[in-house]
Amino acid sequence: MSDQAIVEKLKAKFSTAVLDVVEHRGETTVTVEKEPIVEICTFLRDECGYNLLTDLCGVDYLGKAPRFMVVYNLYNITAKQRLRVKIPVAEQDANVDTVSSVWGTANWHERECWDLMGISFNNHPDLRRILMPADWEGHPLRKDYPVQGPDREPYQGRLS
Amino acid sequence: MAVTTETMTINMGPQHPSTHGVLQLILELDGEIVQKATPHIGFLHRGTEKLSEHRTYHQIIPLTDRLDYLAPMSNNLGYVLAVEKLLGITDQIPERAKTIRVIMAELTRLKSHLVWLACHALDIGAMTVFLYCFRERENITDIYEKVSGARMTSNYFRVGGLSDDLPDGLEQEIRKFAESMPGHIETYEGLLTGNKIWQKRTIGVGVISKEAAIDIGITGPALRASGVDWDLRRDNPYSGYEDYDFEVPVRDDCDTFARYKVRLDEMRQASRIILQALDKLKPGPILADCPKICLPPKKDVVNTIEGLIHHFKIISEGFSPEPGEIYQGVEAPKGELGFYLVSDGSPKPVRMKIRPPSFVNLQGLPQMVEGRLLADVIAIIGTLDIVLGEIDR
Repeated sequence: MSDQAIVEKLKAKFSTAVLDVVEHRGETTVTVEKEPIVEICTFLRDECGYNLLTDLCGVDYLGKAPRFMVVYNLYNITAKQRLRVKIPVAEQDANVDTVSSVWGTANWHERECWDLMGISFNNHPDLRRILMPADWEGHPLRKDYPVQGPDREPYQGRLS
Repeated sequence: MAVTTETMTINMGPQHPSTHGVLQLILELDGEIVQKATPHIGFLHRGTEKLSEHRTYHQIIPLTDRLDYLAPMSNNLGYVLAVEKLLGITDQIPERAKTIRVIMAELTRLKSHLVWLACHALDIGAMTVFLYCFRERENITDIYEKVSGARMTSNYFRVGGLSDDLPDGLEQEIRKFAESMPGHIETYEGLLTGNKIWQKRTIGVGVISKEAAIDIGITGPALRASGVDWDLRRDNPYSGYEDYDFEVPVRDDCDTFARYKVRLDEMRQASRIILQALDKLKPGPILADCPKICLPPKKDVVNTIEGLIHHFKIISEGFSPEPGEIYQGVEAPKGELGFYLVSDGSPKPVRMKIRPPSFVNLQGLPQMVEGRLLADVIAIIGTLDIVLGEIDR
């Protein structure tokens, strides 16, 4: 099935949830609302064959509303096709339902998203820090976190 | 008197000769049987993704070298292909650059698999294999040094092509090496495959079924040893891989021995691809004709004003891709290495997410070691072929 057909199927089933569809450089990105994400992911895995979640990450667009986007990069091993699903997450309400019941691989990816971005995942089996030490404060990959760390003066020189 | 038993929790700490890096495993043991294993990572976290938000696209290439430091040109290739996709210049890369990229990528695959075999065999106890593999690896490291200047962190590829052409005489050296490699692989097989001790330590150890492997996200040789016929070089080809004739080894046994055989077969196929690519190699340009993206040759920088201005602008400000986002996956020796790049029209990426294959493969470790002996934990860590530089970034 082509990307167009998958998007049409998705829109047919979840007409209110699909916010935007973008095609850029041969890749399709679908932006959906964050509430029905588990149903959408289950539908994509079972009906459309996207059985591998290759990547799950958060992106911080500081200064825009909504501030965060959680991006799911999916892959269909039999049809060798990719799809991207994005959900907007507001700063005040930075929690999303976990998809680790749909794809087991989401477990560690969501832990990393929580650790580095501060987006928490409801019903996650084991939500704790993964890359930073367990007692770290702050979420380092956010745009307002200093790149040199919390205890140093920012670098004043040029990088290039 | 009733006898009570407890499980013993021991720490296989971040500093351990067999954990292939700084990996901490908390093991709950009932005698020698592992009840539960919890990996703790993050000891090598260097903030590559955060740093890349403050550097131009060219300046990030050395950072990618240090991800999977045993296969540096693979990471370079993945990143450079991702940026080229973001810019939309994928079909402008010259043939010679694509062919040399394939040669280097397959040499890197050989390099990584040689280290894998060496360390896996060493952990299980076969020390001779370690020294034999590292002897072959020295040849590849010499090639790296001749081509890029550094033995390990090559920083060789550039957006639009390569940084420098191959020096004279290197094609013969690579050809001689690629022709000698199948003989060396036979030596390693002769030491290990029929060896009763090896078979007892690896057959039936670390079994993960096909569905469980796809669910937990395992990719690369570990997935092909569980029966899934999927290789990004053949199925979503990049950099001219569609022109080469190679087989993708797949096995159904799902255990450590199957992964060992799959990787050995991959090494043989890599030698085949290198020889085919050397036959295909023709003289030509090594950088795409995009003056705003690729650095001009030095004589233009010194003699023409356009060259000078382009050189200055590319180095100081960098190029700005159109706003958008892409995901590019390549078949790194460890699995699918993915780069997700988001651009908003500025010379520095808004977000670079690296999808490390070892990070996701390590997630399968707890379910593979449950119920096995402590000695199997070592074998399973070796067979998953993890590199902590990639896991922690």
